[in-house]
Amino acid sequence: MINVKKGASYFYLGLVFLFLYAPILVLIVLSFNNSMSRTVWGGFTFKWYLNLTSNDDIMAALGTTIRITLSSSILATILGTSAAIGIHYMKKRHAAIMLGATNIPLLNADIVTGISLMLLFTRFTPLGEFSVVLAHIAFSVPYVIFNVLPRLQSLSEACYEAAMDLGATPTYAFAKVVWPEIFPGVLSGFLMALTMSLDDFTITYFTKGAGVNTLSTMLYTQLRKGIQPELYALSTILFLLAFVLLLVINFKGEGKKEVAK
Amino acid sequence: MEFIQFDHVSKSYDKQLVLDELDLYIKENTFVTLLGPSGCGKTTTLRLLGGFEKPDSGKIYLNGNDITALPANLRPINTVFQKYALFPHMTIEENIAFGLNIQKKSKEYIQDKIKYALKLVNLDGFEKRSIDSLSGGQQQRIAIARAIVNEPKVLLLDEPLGALDLKLRQNMQYELMKIKQELGITFLYVTHDQEEALTMSDTIVVMNQGYIQQIGTPEDIYNEPENAFVADFIGESNIIEGIMIKDELVSFLGVQVPCVDKGFGTMKPVDVVIRPEDVELGAPGKGFMDGVITDCLFKGVHYELDVQCGGYEWLVHTTKYFEIGQHVSLNVIPFNIQIMNKPESEDEEVMKEDE
Amino acid sequence: MNNRFKTSFLAAPYALWVLICTILPLLYILGYALTSSTGSFTLANLTAIADPVHLKSLWLSIKVAFLTTVICLVIAYPVALILHNLKITNKGFIVFMFILPMWMNFMLRILAWQIILSNNGILNSILSAVGLPTLHILYTKSAVTLGMVYDFLPYMILPIYNALSKINDQVIEAAADLGANWLTTFTKITIPLSKDGIISGIIMVFVPALSSFVVSNLLGGGKVLLIGNVIEQEFTLARNWNLGSGLSIILMIFVILSMSIMNKVDDSENGGMLV
Repeated sequence: MINVKKGASYFYLGLVFLFLYAPILVLIVLSFNNSMSRTVWGGFTFKWYLNLTSNDDIMAALGTTIRITLSSSILATILGTSAAIGIHYMKKRHAAIMLGATNIPLLNADIVTGISLMLLFTRFTPLGEFSVVLAHIAFSVPYVIFNVLPRLQSLSEACYEAAMDLGATPTYAFAKVVWPEIFPGVLSGFLMALTMSLDDFTITYFTKGAGVNTLSTMLYTQLRKGIQPELYALSTILFLLAFVLLLVINFKGEGKKEVAK
Repeated sequence: MEFIQFDHVSKSYDKQLVLDELDLYIKENTFVTLLGPSGCGKTTTLRLLGGFEKPDSGKIYLNGNDITALPANLRPINTVFQKYALFPHMTIEENIAFGLNIQKKSKEYIQDKIKYALKLVNLDGFEKRSIDSLSGGQQQRIAIARAIVNEPKVLLLDEPLGALDLKLRQNMQYELMKIKQELGITFLYVTHDQEEALTMSDTIVVMNQGYIQQIGTPEDIYNEPENAFVADFIGESNIIEGIMIKDELVSFLGVQVPCVDKGFGTMKPVDVVIRPEDVELGAPGKGFMDGVITDCLFKGVHYELDVQCGGYEWLVHTTKYFEIGQHVSLNVIPFNIQIMNKPESEDEEVMKEDE
Repeated sequence: MNNRFKTSFLAAPYALWVLICTILPLLYILGYALTSSTGSFTLANLTAIADPVHLKSLWLSIKVAFLTTVICLVIAYPVALILHNLKITNKGFIVFMFILPMWMNFMLRILAWQIILSNNGILNSILSAVGLPTLHILYTKSAVTLGMVYDFLPYMILPIYNALSKINDQVIEAAADLGANWLTTFTKITIPLSKDGIISGIIMVFVPALSSFVVSNLLGGGKVLLIGNVIEQEFTLARNWNLGSGLSIILMIFVILSMSIMNKVDDSENGGMLV
């Protein structure tokens, strides 16, 4: 009886994973397809991978994407972490107001966020990479704040005071006591900001202006005339990189926990 | 057959044996305490009876019925959990009514029961309050009320007072005894606190490393521990290696002292247990051996002394003050000398070393 | 206290940021919504929702978003429950398996569904190979709903999983102890205690589903016009920013409305349950 239940559970999980990963599998297969058609299998090839670096459009879009994603997620992490610390030490009423405002980009529809930022930016600065970075910070900061705050809340006030009591300066106490505790929150906030930025289309689409293309917006313009197969290859590489990276982070984290025991 | 019976029950987690062939009998309408250090298997025993765990082997009987395979929700047994485990999304009233609603009792019956139970735990009028508004002690009372309204045959209590402060703990001990008397059902209580066990129980089961070390009344356990582990775990003791020369005469630390124990044989190695409050101090030469005070601490009701004597550091409780360095004699009346067999099996030896 | 006060100033840059990049843009969109192309005050951009074309797409959006949310919830709850009950130590790994798909570009993943669902695509090849009737759902409402379920499912699984993780195991045991069978424990204890996760899951799925325009573009093939598509077209094709802003404000009102309905449901459950 118990085994039947267990078997059914695993079968169900398997189905859901299949649902989530089937399109990815399709794309990986397409990246090796020796035919420009999306529906015809023309034999196995590596040529899209080999051609990748010589496709200037794609390389430019990749560069833009990396620049925007990295700079926006790093800046969002800095801004969000210091905001979280500040909010944590605020009076309750002020903190509530700040958190309410922080919720707005999370609850607002992407299209509304994108449009409203575009309306603002067109007044003050030409749309371009810079405005996209600002927009990406705007929607990813809340993720950082909501990842760091719980860490701060579970951090005992006494720890910080104990460090001060033992002669640490506030800066030293922060670096040695507070920072190690909130770091996992900062890291997961950063990774979420990175993921959201990389995966975003809508907000980039409205704030990018002409001439600037990230991978997402480039794909959108190619939808009608047909996708360059090199993009399948590039996406496969990015996906596998992320897979390996997260695998390493995950198992390294596990290893540390084992030692701590 | 006894009311509750564990028959050769074994249980292991992750290949680590927690209970090994446990046999345990519990009489109806008694207050039984499972006492032992953490990891001794007491909580596992309780969880097996509650139905939260299934034994790897062996049987559990309640009232002569095999309940080994019966799931927790079908057992006439209720539990007061260590951290209360109240339902945070329900009011007090809803918490207490939970089990009765499942039994499809009438509204009037449920209301009466809630009133009665809240009165019993001294929280009349708390029906509509939320769980968050209660202190730890109050939450524990609600947890008790929630369990007893179902009129279980057995109430299991898993270190229920562990999270409370000393004063509250003592009050709750009296209340638990009162509730036990009022309800007239079997209580199985798990704790690592010997004082709690001694105060409340009819019967104490001392456990260590998955084995029962001794079963007896609180007086038995305290006054006549059966082995060094029990002696050491229940209160403080001087445990000294000795040799039973013949009936009613034991030799330790180089002197021969009369005692009341018989039947150990002749020239048999034994452990001699003497409670610190049973050691009488007098002027040098007046006792069975002389020694010197090496430490004296005031403990409120008594002084706690260390006495270096015969190559052993004795722990002694007296009401009189002694100076450090003072020479004294030690005396113990034969009745207060407790003789115990040396552990025989390897298992028991291991236990002792671990302590 | 003084130190706390000083530390709270670490949030000052962010406060400024919120003002400029959160509040101000909303004022701008409101400004555009309430003016005509000549700059005079008007409510026409808001009342434009009454136009049958707009009304139809808003209604369609609500239907699709509602269906998406319900399907996500039905699929996600068992997943979260199974994950929670898994007796493995490395649960973080499983959780990240649900986030990982996001690292394959969203546009491409939806495109892949186009390939899977097309009339002589992968799904139909499999179906006909095993002798089942083929499905012709590409460029219909069903395909759009499927794409949205696919895209937003992790947003439903993760908050529910987190909420379940926070439930004290002893509380579940206590319910069994008091005589509750599996079903009663589930409906009276597990679901109410994971309510917060369910609500945030619903919000995180319903809001983007209500306003999405890319999925409907790709899998609806221009035949499924959601309110998001209408707004997008006002900004890109028709270049009527005022009307686009007006419809955006209407969309926001619907988001706020649906969230306050969620909160109402939440409250009444808290107040009126004595079982």
